[in-house]
Amino acid sequence: MTSAAPTSHDDGEHPAYAALTAGDRRAVLRQSLSVGIATGAYGISFGALGVASGLTTLQTVALSLLLFSGGSQFALVGILGAGGAGSAAVATSTLLGVRNGLYALQTSRILDLGGLRRLAAAQITIDESTAVAVGQEKRRAGRLGFWVTGVTVFVFWNLMTLAGAVVGNALGDPQRWGLDAAAAAAFTALLWPRLHNRDAAATMALAVAIALLASPVLPVGVPVILTVLAAVVVGLAAHGRHERVDPEVES
Amino acid sequence: MSAWTVVLLASGLSFATKLAGYLVPESWVDGPRRSRVLTLLPVALLAGLVAIQTFGGDGGSLHVDARLAAVAAAVVLLVLRANFLVVVVGAAAVAAGLRSLGWG
Repeated sequence: MTSAAPTSHDDGEHPAYAALTAGDRRAVLRQSLSVGIATGAYGISFGALGVASGLTTLQTVALSLLLFSGGSQFALVGILGAGGAGSAAVATSTLLGVRNGLYALQTSRILDLGGLRRLAAAQITIDESTAVAVGQEKRRAGRLGFWVTGVTVFVFWNLMTLAGAVVGNALGDPQRWGLDAAAAAAFTALLWPRLHNRDAAATMALAVAIALLASPVLPVGVPVILTVLAAVVVGLAAHGRHERVDPEVES
Repeated sequence: MSAWTVVLLASGLSFATKLAGYLVPESWVDGPRRSRVLTLLPVALLAGLVAIQTFGGDGGSLHVDARLAAVAAAVVLLVLRANFLVVVVGAAAVAAGLRSLGWG
């Protein structure tokens, strides 16, 4: 995909721009596909829940195709199913989607795209594609991971949504299979290598504290957005301390 | 608000939010300080997300259940340098196993 042809920009000495070995590529693909399939499987729950909330099959499928953000979609049909107002459903869905826009600030720098490809990248900018992209040491691995994860989740999520809407939730409760824990474990594994970097480790610790303290008192979606503070505080405080030079700074 | 209005409005807002991040002028994200903050941004958001996925329940309440055991198992596997798939499947198996035993 995007990592195929080396460009002069990518040929720098910085190790982050090094070419991918076959082993690198396999590791990224393994991560991308397992994250994509585990997340996609959840689509069957969404499809069943969407129809149960009173939406038609077409409306349920349209949400997975067009809205394409799991947390927002579950919240939206949850509110509609409970008899809530459409405006409340749209507001909560949008609030939960804010983090995708924040992810895009960084994935746009990793992907470095122009024109129409930004539209495609935007639609698949979600937790999973971002986590795999930022979890890679090499820039090209990040790009490959972003696209493969995003497209895999998109395809599986939509197929499973259709299946769930038409035949019901054949999987049963996804929690029975531990799929909710698989998602948290996958994100943990993707963030794991970052713990070697002192700033990233401090950011994670602060972010976890902020999210947990805010969760009982703030509306759903807000605690995670509030973790932006962790990145700002650590990012600005780290001034003058370079453990690992950012490739972006040099380019 | 009709159901189609809700579906299409929420979808349009979702896409606009995602796209906005790609259309931010380069001058806003330039410079070493901003670059550092932006590099840490997804790390912060994902760590917060993992915390909520691990402990969060209805209405923002926090719980200790099979999810924490699963994430702890993932951490142990990561310390042991297990491969990614083993970590993910291992964590799911721990959660599924504990739940089948009636806990969490």
